[in-house]
Amino acid sequence: MQTIDLSKVGLRETNKMLQAQSAETNQTSWEIVNPRGSHAIACGLNAPIEVTIKGSTGYYCAGMNQQATVNIHGSAGPGTGENIMSGKIVIEGDASQYLGATGQGGLIVVKGNASSRCGISMKGVNIVVQGSIGHMSAFMGQSGNLVVCGDAGDALGDSCYEARFFVRGKVKSLGADCIKKEMREEHITFLRGLLDEAGIDADPSEFTRYGSARKLYNFHVDNAGAY
Amino acid sequence: MCGIVGLFLKDRSLEPRLGEMLTAMLITMTDRGPDSAGIAIYGGETPGRSKMTVQSDDPDKAFSDLGAKLQDAAGGPVNVTVKSTHAVLDIPAGSTAKVRAALNEMGIRVMSFGDSLEIYKEVGLPKDVAARFELAKMSGTHGIGHTRMATESAVTTMGAHPFNTGPDQCLVHNGSLSNHNSLRRKLRREGIHIETENDTEVGAAYLTWKMQNGATLGEALESSLQDLDGFFTFVVGTKDGFGVVRDPIACKPAVMAETDQYVAFGSEYRALVDLPGIETARVWEPEPATVYFWSHNDTPTATEKAA
Repeated sequence: MQTIDLSKVGLRETNKMLQAQSAETNQTSWEIVNPRGSHAIACGLNAPIEVTIKGSTGYYCAGMNQQATVNIHGSAGPGTGENIMSGKIVIEGDASQYLGATGQGGLIVVKGNASSRCGISMKGVNIVVQGSIGHMSAFMGQSGNLVVCGDAGDALGDSCYEARFFVRGKVKSLGADCIKKEMREEHITFLRGLLDEAGIDADPSEFTRYGSARKLYNFHVDNAGAY
Repeated sequence: MCGIVGLFLKDRSLEPRLGEMLTAMLITMTDRGPDSAGIAIYGGETPGRSKMTVQSDDPDKAFSDLGAKLQDAAGGPVNVTVKSTHAVLDIPAGSTAKVRAALNEMGIRVMSFGDSLEIYKEVGLPKDVAARFELAKMSGTHGIGHTRMATESAVTTMGAHPFNTGPDQCLVHNGSLSNHNSLRRKLRREGIHIETENDTEVGAAYLTWKMQNGATLGEALESSLQDLDGFFTFVVGTKDGFGVVRDPIACKPAVMAETDQYVAFGSEYRALVDLPGIETARVWEPEPATVYFWSHNDTPTATEKAA
């Protein structure tokens, strides 16, 4: 295990070291101490390494992640895991707004709550939140899955495409073109697998599925007057 | 951008360290707002006396003999404590209006008035502004600070935050208001004095106007959610405590921390990391369109707004 004291080593050096790890590295386990809410910690990683951050992080932690596993032993600031491509991010505390925005793959797990705009414009990432999420989550979500064990705020899935949402609690309101959908056996099986992968103990049959009504996909002549 | 910090002490033994803690928080927020900085501090009150903080670009001239010059208007002794470009006037209670009129004639700007509140703000890096006013040496019960990255109006002392909204009341803002021009015209027609082209000053004037018409600060903040268009995280200071409200979109960041010793506000968690006991504090983000208050007089309240 390599330990980096961020307050001594500095952000650029820390990220440079982590980004320099290749697929064949034998230094696969890293620990970052004294994060002190700094921005952009462990961004742009592209190797199958595990990085554990001992404390809370600021903006854009683990952004653009590929292959790596990043554990945050604290809460995470805005834009955590932005544009994640693959790998895994686990947040032990809460996550601030626009978690996993535009994420294209991989998995993000939040043990606490996630704030507004969780998974905005998601494009393939899977996000599992043990608590609740804020308003405008998964706005324009294109693909991937957002799983919420608690409640969802206003305008869930507004203008969504093919992203899927599974919510166990209440949804304050659904966004434009987002509707409740039937929870079929295939969805329960899929959700069980995702919850297992996220290490969260919840009964998939208690969730409701939401997704696109597909009415906003294409130009509709009846809407011509609106342009 | 802009950065906001706030600290409300529950543990009175920390009061001598309020300025020091708040200054460290303020300086951490420099890269959110390097243009100007300001702080509002509630340093306690003296029975029978009121306070005004005033500012002049030519302090040597403006503040010399100021106490004596104001004595007639104040109807009693006026003590002047000069701190760089600012001075705190200790005046007889009830003389604020007359002293203000006299100051106007002398071309001296009033930054704040009340019994306990002092406001210090200037153009420059937060660390320089803090050093100029020796903010770290100040003690008090609670205070709020602001680092400004200007978007809507010029970088000037009067465009810096906090803004004084009423006796012992002040406002800081992160965000931008988009209907401030029309609202400024409306408020001016209502007879509200607005000095600059700054959007936040309009927000502050709006709260003043609402309260002059009978609203409580809480009610004024509630109605701001209807009448102000734009992005805002507001932190307001009152004699007894502070309040927080975010617009319904809530894209401007806000983090709160609470322990047995204090309630703290920061635009980012970074601003809070050196506070005592932060590792075990309750840390959370205030909900959108919800007015929060902490007061030395009663229990904390959060009023949900049907947004």
